[in-house]
Amino acid sequence: MTADHGRGLPPEFLVPRGSSFTEFLRLRAPELLPGNSLGAAAGGPVEAPHGTTIVALTFGGGVLIAGDRRATMGTFIASRDIEKVFAADDYSAVGIAGTAGTAVEIVKLFQVELEHYEKIEGTLLSLEGKANRLGAMIRGNLPNAMRGLSVLPVFAGYDLDQQVGRIFSYDVTGGCYEEQRHHSVGSGSLFARGALKKLWRPDLTEQRALRVAIEALYDAADDDSATGGPDLSRSIWPTCAVVTVDGVHFVDDTDLEALATEVVQARRGNPGGAP
Amino acid sequence: MTMPMYVSPEQLMKDRADFARKGIARGRSVIVASYATGIAFVAENPSRTLHKISELYDRIGFAGAGKYNEFENLRVAGIRYADMRGYSYDRSDVTARGLANAYTQTLGAIFTQESKPYEVEIAVAQVGNDQDGDQIYRLTYDGSVTEERGFVVMGGASEPVATALRERWTPALPLAEVLRLAVELLGGEGEERRELAAGDLEVAVLDRRRPRRSFRRVGGPLLDALLDQESATDDVPTRDDSRPGLHDTLTEHDPNGRTADDTTAGSGADPSGDPSTNPQTQREE
Repeated sequence: MTADHGRGLPPEFLVPRGSSFTEFLRLRAPELLPGNSLGAAAGGPVEAPHGTTIVALTFGGGVLIAGDRRATMGTFIASRDIEKVFAADDYSAVGIAGTAGTAVEIVKLFQVELEHYEKIEGTLLSLEGKANRLGAMIRGNLPNAMRGLSVLPVFAGYDLDQQVGRIFSYDVTGGCYEEQRHHSVGSGSLFARGALKKLWRPDLTEQRALRVAIEALYDAADDDSATGGPDLSRSIWPTCAVVTVDGVHFVDDTDLEALATEVVQARRGNPGGAP
Repeated sequence: MTMPMYVSPEQLMKDRADFARKGIARGRSVIVASYATGIAFVAENPSRTLHKISELYDRIGFAGAGKYNEFENLRVAGIRYADMRGYSYDRSDVTARGLANAYTQTLGAIFTQESKPYEVEIAVAQVGNDQDGDQIYRLTYDGSVTEERGFVVMGGASEPVATALRERWTPALPLAEVLRLAVELLGGEGEERRELAAGDLEVAVLDRRRPRRSFRRVGGPLLDALLDQESATDDVPTRDDSRPGLHDTLTEHDPNGRTADDTTAGSGADPSGDPSTNPQTQREE
């Protein structure tokens, strides 16, 4: 039994208002908003696990988004198998870099936000609409970002109107930018971006695009200590979500194992992966 | 100086109840009935967009009879309640019982305190892992709530329909037979009998075989096939329509009559294996 029982629905529930769950939460229970109660902590930097590199790239049939599995706290590895890529709804996925705790909260809210809209309005939000909603959530996290608890997502989705996969990136103030071809965020993003530039081709197949993503994450892990490479001894592989006209699906661990092992083998004696 | 006229509390409540009952009886009936693999919602509603039946949460559906703006208000409030509860605890912690409790308090307060009571009757149904686990709650304008076994009829001339259902409904009926029975009873009887076609109906199911979100509307060729006595189709498929977009409506059916038991059609997922609210624990290993 919780306090909700026996009181009925408070008036806010019955007021006709928009179909945004976040707006409703701000009105009814602002303490549940991501990172909202962190403001009460004493000023100064807070040490918390950080998620690292995410890559996203378009291919012929849609868009793919992949992330490594490491979270770090300073020089310490906080987690070897954290998930940083999530399905937001049937036709979009989001990958996060930055403060893991707040990022997971934001993704959790974003998922409910999209489903809430779907249930109330009886229709899907447009891809741009979803991207803008995520931007508003990142903007809401700005006070935390000022204290070193920033969250930077990459949003990838299949645009059902235009029939293409599209990638959106963000800055800490909630600015939302559309990226062409490919994008990367997080501490290893510089190295991943270099790899993506060299390996990305127009109209890649899904399998080929997956290989490019794994190579880019490998290169990021090669030069960035906060990014985890494929962990052969523990069987930990990057998380890869593929978004196409058929929806979002996560690549199976068996397929990832084969691909990651292949990439690691190919780098033997050729650590830079020169063609 | 004029004195306000004295009205006894009994008379006041009776007047309010009569007012609400009249409003509800003007509309058409809605039937909610459990069947072998789920819970069916059937309403007479020619509108494609103004729904009487809706999804509240993963395993919970809503049906309203009476005044549209009032039950629509309650529907949105229910979705807010469910989503907020699921968001702050976990998806598995949202129950029809909790929703029914919240609704009953709200309707009770509106009945006694507002200038006009809501002219609505609503049903909240939760599909269980088996038929014994199904829960159907019926809530009326004054906040009274009852848990019904098997089926609920609300709105319009509901009494004769309920009597007929009591005689003819059994738990083992497949979906197609429950739908045909509901449509026959919604059409009324005697001289005022009307034949209802698929276009006059709003039909939805909570399918217990599905993982997570189990609510689907039923329409198009699939509904025609289910209502057709000759057709071998007796249940909805567990796979969504192949067209891209919102997957809230099932319209496609296999003319060979293969449905749920066909291993190629089902997702085969364990319905109890619902993804959780926490994104970190959603993906199955």
